[in-house]
Amino acid sequence: MELYNGPLDTKEIFGRWLDEQAKSNYGAYIPFVGTIRAEDDIEALSFDIYEPVLQKWFDGWQEKARALGAVVKMAHAIGDVPVHTSSYVSAVFSPKRRVALELIDAFVEDFKANAPIWKYDVKNGERIYAADRSTPMNGSGLLA
Amino acid sequence: MIKVEFLGPIGKAPMEMEAKTLADVSAKLKEDKTLTEWLDKCAVALNDTMVNDLTTALKDGDRVSILPPVCGG
Repeated sequence: MELYNGPLDTKEIFGRWLDEQAKSNYGAYIPFVGTIRAEDDIEALSFDIYEPVLQKWFDGWQEKARALGAVVKMAHAIGDVPVHTSSYVSAVFSPKRRVALELIDAFVEDFKANAPIWKYDVKNGERIYAADRSTPMNGSGLLA
Repeated sequence: MIKVEFLGPIGKAPMEMEAKTLADVSAKLKEDKTLTEWLDKCAVALNDTMVNDLTTALKDGDRVSILPPVCGG
C-alpha cells in the first residue's frame, strides 16, 4: 500500500508494479484509476486517511487475494488532488483473468465502503466534507 | 483512563475518560450535544482494530477511535 501527498503519478506506479511482477507468471494484470472529475464547480477533492486501520483493511484483502493465487495493490492520495488528476489507483495480478476481474470489482467496492478515508470538496479554497457521498462503515451506530 | 479520538470531518479534540466498557463510552459521548449528529453513523476502532460489541472491555491506556462515513477514491 502506498500513500502520497497530492495527486498520483499513475504511469510511474503502474509501470513499477508491472516491472515488479514481470517474472511472476501472472497471466492477468487489471489496473483501476480513479480520476477527479470537474463537477459542481470544485477545484479539487481533498482526502484525510487514518493509516493504521487502512493498513489492516488492506492486509485483509492481501490475504484474500493470496488464497486465490492473486496479488492486490493500491495507492491513494492525501490532501488536495486537483480535477483531472488521480487520487486512487489499484490493481490485481492473477494467473488467469476471471479471478482478477472478480477481485478488482469486490476490492474496489469494499474500498469505497470500508476504507477509512474522508473526502472533501475544495471550492474557493475551502474544504467541505462530502457528507452526501459518504458511506457509514460496517458496524456503524454502535455507540448511538 | 482511556482516550477517545474523533477522526476525519468530526473536528473535535480527543477526550479522556474513565470507562470499563464501550457501553460506558457510549453513555459519556451521548451527553455531548455536538456528537448527536455523528454517533448513529460512526464506526468504532479499539487500538486500531474495528469493533462492534458494546460489552467490549477496556483497560487503562486504551484508545477508542470514532470513524465517520467514508468515501475514498
